[in-house]
Amino acid sequence: MKKLLEINHCRKQFGGMEVLTDLSLSVEESRVLSIIGPSGSGKTTLLRCATLLETMDGGDLIYDGVYAARDVDGKAVYASPPELGQIRNMFGLVFQNFNLFPHYSVLKNIMEAPMLVQKRNRDEVEAEARDLLEQMGLADRADAYPYQLSGGQQQRVSIARALAMKPKILLFDEPTSALDPELTGEILRVIRRLAEKKMTMVIVTHEMAFARDVSDWVVFMNGGVIVEQGDPREVIDHPTQERTIQFLRRMQEQ
Amino acid sequence: MTLMTMIAKMSEGMGHTFEIFFLTLIFSQPLGMLVALMRMSKNRIVSGITRSVISVLRGTPLMLQLLAVTYGPYYLFGIGVARNKLIPVVIAFSINYAAYFAEIYRGGIESMPVGQYEAAEVLGYTKTQTFMRIILPQVVKRVLPSVTNEIVTLVKDTSMAYTVSYLEMFTIGKQIANSQTSFLPFVVAGVFYFVFNAVVDFVMGRIEKRLNYYR
Ligand SMILES: Nc1ncnc2c1ncn2[C@@H]1O[C@H](COP(=O)(O)OP(=O)(O)OP(=O)(O)O)[C@@H](O)[C@H]1O
Ligand SMILES: [Mg+2]
Repeated sequence: MKKLLEINHCRKQFGGMEVLTDLSLSVEESRVLSIIGPSGSGKTTLLRCATLLETMDGGDLIYDGVYAARDVDGKAVYASPPELGQIRNMFGLVFQNFNLFPHYSVLKNIMEAPMLVQKRNRDEVEAEARDLLEQMGLADRADAYPYQLSGGQQQRVSIARALAMKPKILLFDEPTSALDPELTGEILRVIRRLAEKKMTMVIVTHEMAFARDVSDWVVFMNGGVIVEQGDPREVIDHPTQERTIQFLRRMQEQ
Repeated sequence: MTLMTMIAKMSEGMGHTFEIFFLTLIFSQPLGMLVALMRMSKNRIVSGITRSVISVLRGTPLMLQLLAVTYGPYYLFGIGVARNKLIPVVIAFSINYAAYFAEIYRGGIESMPVGQYEAAEVLGYTKTQTFMRIILPQVVKRVLPSVTNEIVTLVKDTSMAYTVSYLEMFTIGKQIANSQTSFLPFVVAGVFYFVFNAVVDFVMGRIEKRLNYYR
């Protein structure tokens, strides 16, 4: 299986505090990786490094064999801006708080980047955008503005916006945490459907049952390192590390 | 002199008042945006100098700036005072208002959530595309009430041009008031500015409504 995302020996400090320590992971095509772990363990930082929103201090970052960053003597050396532009085309990111563009209609939120960045034809992009909205159950909201939508609807639009770029891999940072509990289900259903269609995904989540069901591999992070990883049923139902057991017990109590 | 003659004479200056007003608006807005960007520059020297200039422009009277721009070149370099004082007047007004607009824009830009930049960055927008398409339109909406305040002040400030004897409406009114020892020209001027600002309020209100299609 080919690896679509590979992170080797990633290191990241914030003001002298090490947030990620020698962290490595990889995601194969058509696989779903879930990342779980307590608050402050570095999950968001890892995702931000992977999506070039944050620069690693050291390590490799490789998308589908293409190096975004290469470790040279313990320092991450990044590719040139045009090369990074190419690499940005390979992944999509769904934010915890959606980050839709409020001054654009739903349709324009989805259509602008494919037209502007990928220079694709308007008619083709619009047909695809409407199709994506249909899949998201939002076919009738194309002309609405984000403020007119529920949180769950906004998050579905932001997923459609990411998918419109046809990414090889889609990363999610706690896609349901900003939503009321009754709205999380609709987002989890959408992600589940993407998994069935063999979309490659990395999902940071606090939804344990969901992580167990939908992912092929789960990583438990604590203090900037991977403490335990493996088959989701193994890790979540039969954790072996003390930190994992404590974390999962606390999650269950909530 | 009858009231009607006074109004007629003062009307001749209104064209100049409008000129100062519109030219200042046209020049100071983009200049203000440029100054705001320089003020936020990562280059410490650029942002430091810009900050000092803004603070001088906001900390000294517009009247002094008008005098400095109009007569400064003569006293400093012996260059003759511009025959058409519209030019130094508009330069002084534009620079002064650019300083105020710059601070308003900066506040607006800095109030934008970083998530907007990050969403655009991940989608592959360039820095310029992000600014022009995502940030600027939202900033315009956010700063509109403050911009309206400045425009209302600008209407009244055009009367300052009398300090360099530029023949706009107020300067003419003041001359008439002196020669006729009458208070009436000031009443006429007051009504004029009031009506002018009523129009400004109406127009800006319409623009704000236009931008209310999103939140
Ligand atoms: N920009 C930053 N500057 C300084 N410290 C930061 C920054 N971003 C994150 N940190 C620190 O890095 C650590 C890891 O944060 P991170 O947001 O990655 O955790 P997380 O696992 O996503 O937590 P949560 O579950 O609460 O989202 C925390 O201690 C946090 O305070
Ligand atoms: Mg986080």
